[in-house]
Amino acid sequence: MTNVRYTKDHEWISVDDDVATVGITDYAQSQLGDIVFVEVPEGGKSVSKGVEAAVVESVKAASEVYAPATGTVTEGNGALGDAPDTVNTDPAGEGWFFKMTLADAAEIDGLMDQAAYDTYLKELDA
Amino acid sequence: MRYLPLTEADRGAMLSTIGVDSVDALFSELPTGDLSFDLPDHQGELEVEQALTAFARENISCADAPSFLGAGNYRHHTPASLDYLIQRGEFLTAYTPYQPEISQGTLQTIFEFQTQVALMTDMEVANASMYDGATGCAEAAAMACRVTKRNKILVSGGVHAHYRDVTQTQLKHIGLTIECLAPDPIGIEDLIGRIDDDLACVVVQNPGFFGHLVDLSPLAEECHSHGVLLVVCVAEPVSLGLVTAPGTMGADIVVGEGQSLAGPASFGGPGVGLFATREKFIRQMPGRLCGETTDEDGRRGFVLTLSTREQHIRREKATSNICTNSGLIALAFSIHVTLLGEAGFTKLAAINHANAVTLAERVGVLAGVKVVPQNFFNEFAVTLPKPAADVVDELAVKGILAGVPASRFYPQYEELSNVLLVAATEMTTEACVDALVAGLKKVL
Amino acid sequence: MTNPNQKNVADASQTVSGHRGLSFEEAIIFEIDTPGSSAVDLPEPEHDRDRLGGLRRRGGVGLPGLSEPDVVRHYTRLSQKNYSIDSGFYPLGSCTMKHNPRLNEKMARLPGLADIHPFQPASTAQGAYRLMDTLAHWLKELTGLPAIALSPAAGAHGELCGLMCIRAALQASGDARSVVLVPESAHGTNPATAAICGYAVESIPGNGNGRVDLNALKERLGPDVAAVMITNPNTCGLFETEAKEIADAVHTAGAYFYMDGANFNAIVGRVTLAELGVDAMHINLHKTFSTPHGGGGPGAGPTVLSEALAAFAPVPFVVHGPRGLAMAEHAGQGEAQHSFGRMKGFQGQFGVFVRAVAYMMSFGKDGLRQVSGDAVLNANYLRVRLSEELTASYDGICMHEALFDDRFLKDTGITTLDFAKAMIDEGFHPPTMYFPLVVHGALLMEPTETESKATLDQFCESVLALARKAKRGDAVDDFKNAPVLTPRRRLDETQAARKPVLRWKPVPMPQAAE
Repeated sequence: MTNVRYTKDHEWISVDDDVATVGITDYAQSQLGDIVFVEVPEGGKSVSKGVEAAVVESVKAASEVYAPATGTVTEGNGALGDAPDTVNTDPAGEGWFFKMTLADAAEIDGLMDQAAYDTYLKELDA
Repeated sequence: MRYLPLTEADRGAMLSTIGVDSVDALFSELPTGDLSFDLPDHQGELEVEQALTAFARENISCADAPSFLGAGNYRHHTPASLDYLIQRGEFLTAYTPYQPEISQGTLQTIFEFQTQVALMTDMEVANASMYDGATGCAEAAAMACRVTKRNKILVSGGVHAHYRDVTQTQLKHIGLTIECLAPDPIGIEDLIGRIDDDLACVVVQNPGFFGHLVDLSPLAEECHSHGVLLVVCVAEPVSLGLVTAPGTMGADIVVGEGQSLAGPASFGGPGVGLFATREKFIRQMPGRLCGETTDEDGRRGFVLTLSTREQHIRREKATSNICTNSGLIALAFSIHVTLLGEAGFTKLAAINHANAVTLAERVGVLAGVKVVPQNFFNEFAVTLPKPAADVVDELAVKGILAGVPASRFYPQYEELSNVLLVAATEMTTEACVDALVAGLKKVL
Repeated sequence: MTNPNQKNVADASQTVSGHRGLSFEEAIIFEIDTPGSSAVDLPEPEHDRDRLGGLRRRGGVGLPGLSEPDVVRHYTRLSQKNYSIDSGFYPLGSCTMKHNPRLNEKMARLPGLADIHPFQPASTAQGAYRLMDTLAHWLKELTGLPAIALSPAAGAHGELCGLMCIRAALQASGDARSVVLVPESAHGTNPATAAICGYAVESIPGNGNGRVDLNALKERLGPDVAAVMITNPNTCGLFETEAKEIADAVHTAGAYFYMDGANFNAIVGRVTLAELGVDAMHINLHKTFSTPHGGGGPGAGPTVLSEALAAFAPVPFVVHGPRGLAMAEHAGQGEAQHSFGRMKGFQGQFGVFVRAVAYMMSFGKDGLRQVSGDAVLNANYLRVRLSEELTASYDGICMHEALFDDRFLKDTGITTLDFAKAMIDEGFHPPTMYFPLVVHGALLMEPTETESKATLDQFCESVLALARKAKRGDAVDDFKNAPVLTPRRRLDETQAARKPVLRWKPVPMPQAAE
């Protein structure tokens, strides 16, 4: 079954068996506005939890996307190169950034689940 | 004070609106101290004009002497309409086009400039300008390191000494290794043999500092087979009207000094740095970029774009710290190229070359004088039978600006002391050459 | 609701030509190409003997051909699409958009100052050297610091000069340090410059009054800190009242104090940097000393240096020698023994120096004091008058610029951007928007000293009326649609960044039917 978790930096990670998919949340894309450029890691790259793994840019802002967990990238979403707007229109689906294998599957247990993330967003708005 | 519109009555009314007693009261937070400056009080326009004219009179203007000076800064004729147009207040007194709706004039001229530079260098894209050729060279080398994720830079001995020095200075604290080859007046250095897989880029200049024209294609091929970028400096952009463009020969980044087409030497500044590269590298480029888009009514318009590379957004992760660039000089460059057009630009280059060939033929036959490069554009090194700096000083007394001694850049290289750089442009008349030849005959 | 202005635009845009009265549409030069035309008549080359070694360029360059009238009209029409100081009020915060006297242009064009070559023998360029020496004297006097590097090409380049000197000084004393501290309100060039100089950058928070938090700074200072870069007056338009305490703390910690002089216009003639404990500061000649901004440049960023840094100044610099003035051009030799190197080709932004000297001589020491006085007076006048409707970010006297935030637009649905664009329709250049980052939706207004009270009053009345209109809540669309009276309306920056078109390319010709 799929297990989706969230970071305080508004990345999501969805773990399905032994493959995890990473993207940014709807809240993150709405804060950034129109996304014009995405740089995703290539397959084979090692990433560490909390360390920059991808870049997302709007016209007036550039943000780092941090790896929610440590592991190895298996695939970057090359389709975003030509269609960065997919991150705006479908951040939780087609707008994913990269897929990875986890070094330690238990690592994501420390991240927020949907309910905790919703509460976190409410606190941010308050 | 002629530049200050406020009257004493205005000041009084404004102070009472603000609720303070005096202008000085607005500065009460500043520490007090000694403000007895050793400076004169204000002067009228006439007095200032007289003072500045006195400075000017102490110089020999290149307009008043046969001049063969070059070494990266060239004297060309500029049409009267060029200086008129850049002095239009709407160009001269605007700033960076941050509000595109009221800056389409500047933005479109940048777009046209970027296109012209790309065409002239035969590259895919160009930016809105750097400070000058030398700083552009440093930026290009740094960019090559970002693109290749390598940290070794090789600089040819044919690169302008100032470009080399600025590159070494500007990049010395960011973990890069810069190898500068010895000055190469004869044009025999082996770059191809030094290419390896650790190198980020090779920096060359064409025409070279000593005048040599080189086919860079074999070097480019070797670079690319090792994943190395070829950075080509162009110190005299008029050459691009006659000589095979760097892009055609395989350059990955082309930088240049645009001064020679933009206007007077002005003692070397301000110039304008040209910066062109391949489309796939645009996100690693330094400096401003202007791009085409549409407005809300669907009409074509222009904006500054890809700004996330720049310091005002990326801060310490920016591709460069440059903010203010050389906008007005870029505009002057662009207007001159527009005035010339294809026919004028290529003809101007042909005239420059023909005059340089004539100059080489005339001085090359003088006893003890040897023209060094076999192939050149409008400038070349000659060897003299005595120190070039002495010759230059002796001819200056006779009102001839004979060229630039290589020792001015390389005082530590004894073997360069007799080397003189001489340039000819469309401004170099037969009478100028006669004067130089006669002068050389006397002092050699 | 409909906007009457918008309707006019729609009607006018239906002209056959596309022009609208005095507002001309103008194509790109490549689209008005008459092949073979040139605006320059050149003679034929005298011969065709070449020494190109087979490197003759093949194929054309691809430049268009235009006649001189075509060219003059092209650029004249483009110029008319620009806002400029000559045409109107340009209160762009932190950019010091003041009147540019034409005397300065005339002086820079004297043949003896314009048509001189950087490598003329020194004996033929003594006037140029003397002019540089004069500029150096003025700037050292006005700042009270003993040394100066003239060659930096702009503010950011001057920052690099200062940090390079600091790095060289630390190296000379065997003191390797790795961090530069920058307040969170700093201009982006500060951290970018520190990074280029090989330093890690750390941010120092503000104290709630728009100034550096001295305690936080003191806490962070340590043996790893090389320098602190502080803009003063700062980017909130406020004087750093604790500048001296900051300098003392920095020096006690063995670090250097870099002051960003972008806002020197506010204090020129009223305080010396020696007084503030400054080790290095760049001076933007294109701001304080009114050399034209030229659509983005050129500028010049001479950098004054304390005694501790003087020896490390970059080449070239003017020296007094037995045969008059000379130029020290080689780092590691003679008077440039300890110079950190060369930053710029040739001798610096000489043409900018000429203009700055003409400007400084025009004002003199008495006039420059009036310059800062009127600049600060104008800014405070705007601050007080506009506070009637706008929300000033900080209480009390400001320096040369007044900072507002977007609290006055709360719940109106109108953003700082919308408000700024509406100012364009009123005939004013908007202030700097969204900078500094330390306040929300910033509007940073720098009127400069060269604006009359009448101009400021007209501006205030327009802006106050706009603010009242925004708060009424019945004209949101007017703000969202603004500007409507400009050559172009809002441009699609997203499209520009997603699919960059950075140059003109010929439209491919349709294939002719065989």
